[in-house]
Amino acid sequence: MIRMAEIPKEEYLEKCTTACAGCTSSLTLRYVLKAAGPDTVLVVPACCTSILQGTYPNTAFSVPVYNIAFAAAAACASGMSEAFSSIGKKTNVIVYAGDGGTVDIGIQALSGALERGTDFLYICYDNEAYGNTGMQRSGATPMGARTTTTPGGKTDAKKDIDRIVAAHNIPYQATATPAYPKDLFDKVKTALATPGPSFIHVLAPCPPGWRIASDMSVAVGKMAVKTGSWVLWERKYGELSISAPSKGAMKKRAPLREYLSLQGRFKGISESVVNELEQSIEKNLARLAKEEAGEC
Amino acid sequence: MLTVATGNKAVAAAVKAAKPAVVAAYPITPQTEIVEQIAEYVTSGEMDARYIPVESEHSAMTACIGASITGVRSFTATSSHGLLYMHEMLHWAAGARLPIVMANVNRALGPGWNVWAEHSDAFSQRDTGWIQIFVGTVQEAYDTTLMAFRIAEDQGVLLPVMVNLDGFTLSHIMQSLETLDPGDYIPPLVLPHRIDTENPAGYGTLTGPADYFKFRWGMEKAMRTAPSVIRDAEEEFFRRFGRRYGPVEEYLCEDADVVVVALGTLGVEAEVAVDLLRKEGIKAGSMRIRWFRPFPDLDVAGRDLVVLDRGYSFGFGGVLSDSIRSRYPSASIYSVVAGLGGQEVTYDDIADFIRDRKMGEEYWFGVDA
Ligand SMILES: Cc1ncc(C[n+]2csc(CCOP(=O)(O)OP(=O)(O)O)c2C)c(N)n1
Ligand code: SF4
Ligand SMILES: [Mg+2]
Repeated sequence: MIRMAEIPKEEYLEKCTTACAGCTSSLTLRYVLKAAGPDTVLVVPACCTSILQGTYPNTAFSVPVYNIAFAAAAACASGMSEAFSSIGKKTNVIVYAGDGGTVDIGIQALSGALERGTDFLYICYDNEAYGNTGMQRSGATPMGARTTTTPGGKTDAKKDIDRIVAAHNIPYQATATPAYPKDLFDKVKTALATPGPSFIHVLAPCPPGWRIASDMSVAVGKMAVKTGSWVLWERKYGELSISAPSKGAMKKRAPLREYLSLQGRFKGISESVVNELEQSIEKNLARLAKEEAGEC
Repeated sequence: MLTVATGNKAVAAAVKAAKPAVVAAYPITPQTEIVEQIAEYVTSGEMDARYIPVESEHSAMTACIGASITGVRSFTATSSHGLLYMHEMLHWAAGARLPIVMANVNRALGPGWNVWAEHSDAFSQRDTGWIQIFVGTVQEAYDTTLMAFRIAEDQGVLLPVMVNLDGFTLSHIMQSLETLDPGDYIPPLVLPHRIDTENPAGYGTLTGPADYFKFRWGMEKAMRTAPSVIRDAEEEFFRRFGRRYGPVEEYLCEDADVVVVALGTLGVEAEVAVDLLRKEGIKAGSMRIRWFRPFPDLDVAGRDLVVLDRGYSFGFGGVLSDSIRSRYPSASIYSVVAGLGGQEVTYDDIADFIRDRKMGEEYWFGVDA
């Protein structure tokens, strides 16, 4: 794993974004761009990232950003990636999309691009709701979380986009969170070095949406991993390995309540929903451990 | 009950009163408050409806179609790109003769992203077969949403209705609002072609030119019936609830030499401009067109029309001007393209358009030197 001191000093995300204080979506992007370097184009569907670039004629990003319609990012990246390769350019094409733009409205374009073997990296930063429009539920919102369209807490489970993406058998797939920046950085490097489609799903705690203090978003990200609510892993050409921080967490898991109670969005969550969340964590961990051991 | 509300909250309150069985919607600025308020009503039990939090607007409209064809009342709300993303299913809903009601909070279209008021979203759906109305006040948004269900569900119409309200300048402003109990103002929905296993039929089956043509003619006949149904709905609304609306809200038009024609909040602003000009001795008036499709009759003879176009057909002209020009070829029109992307247009600006009008010409406010 890279050492913190080796992560490039160059910044491609200037200190003038309009992101909320403590936004880990933009923190994620900061590391993504450090790993990708300047020969990179971002394709961004409607999401918080379309706003936090700032207002025309300014931009807070020092790589080109192509903003595109909400459902359309992966299809746009397909065209761009084929075009660059047709003129012999090796430019990185990275989709940087929210969970809504990935698991809900954008899933058709994503599936198509993955199936066609598009040479690109798709990063879904998952703040588990529609941040741009004021925190409505998305398919990625976890059960029990209150959003502006689930005022009583979401009754459906979080959609498992990783297993949907896995069904496309792409060369590289991973999960990450900027609370573990070295892990995130390495995974972006590996993804970009792997030809064909790559997909990284990043848990991105969001202070206003999760109702946490802005100086707590990294701590909450760590707690997601420690409780097993978020598991860090990568799958290279079908081989799964669970990443170091989650390996540690799996030996001795922190109680789920410690993660939930940090966040206002879970206030008043019922015991039975907590149990359901706990069971889905156990199932997921067991499934991943089995896959890593080659038992499935 | 008298209260204060935003345009969005007024729409949500009207939908609650109209008691749809199914609401399927997807959030988008500046419509989100409607969706959130309805989700809140349903969660708290104030509204007995199924709320489907779909994954896109294409699915929002399609879920309304699926609900509506069973014969129940359905509603959705959207804006801008959401409306565009529904486009295919807007044609479907109208072609299938489903009385779906939708609120569209008018907003500009990308690129670049812009969340402010413009009418291009609605104009780009002009030919889908939806009845379209533009409202100008919070109370009107409420009242018209109620009327929309009655009109859409009328047996002579059976076409979907889109209630347009300007993003932010109406959706987010607070005005007084009187809510009411519609009682049987909206009679129970009877959809003659509803899905019924006792009477099985194929829906949307492969259809040859002759039958297809008849279906399209049926839509147009419904559009031609709509004005009388609308008039009746407005009349009955006045009779029961005391507020009068018409296809066109005319202000000081009778003796006017020059009339501003506009849609939505620009039309309300125009009334203030008219007051200013009257003080200067200019015989000005204003017409705020409510029903855009079917297009109403206008009294255009012998007067100058200053048309505020908040949406444009590139390579051709302002969309509202074009509708007037093609209906009244001899009309004398000065087309002012104004308010795109939420550009501020004040009553002083509108008064200037009238003072400086150049009949027969087009002017792009703020960018055309
Ligand atoms: C077709 C369409 N529908 C709705 C919207 C409104 N909209 C913009 S961003 C967004 C939510 C984005 O959520 P997500 O992808 O999770 O990204 P986040 O905002 O959380 O970063 C919505 C609903 C839109 N721009 N286009
Ligand atoms: S709402 Fe959340 S994801 Fe969006 S900018 Fe703010 S902190 Fe970041
Ligand atoms: Mg999100």
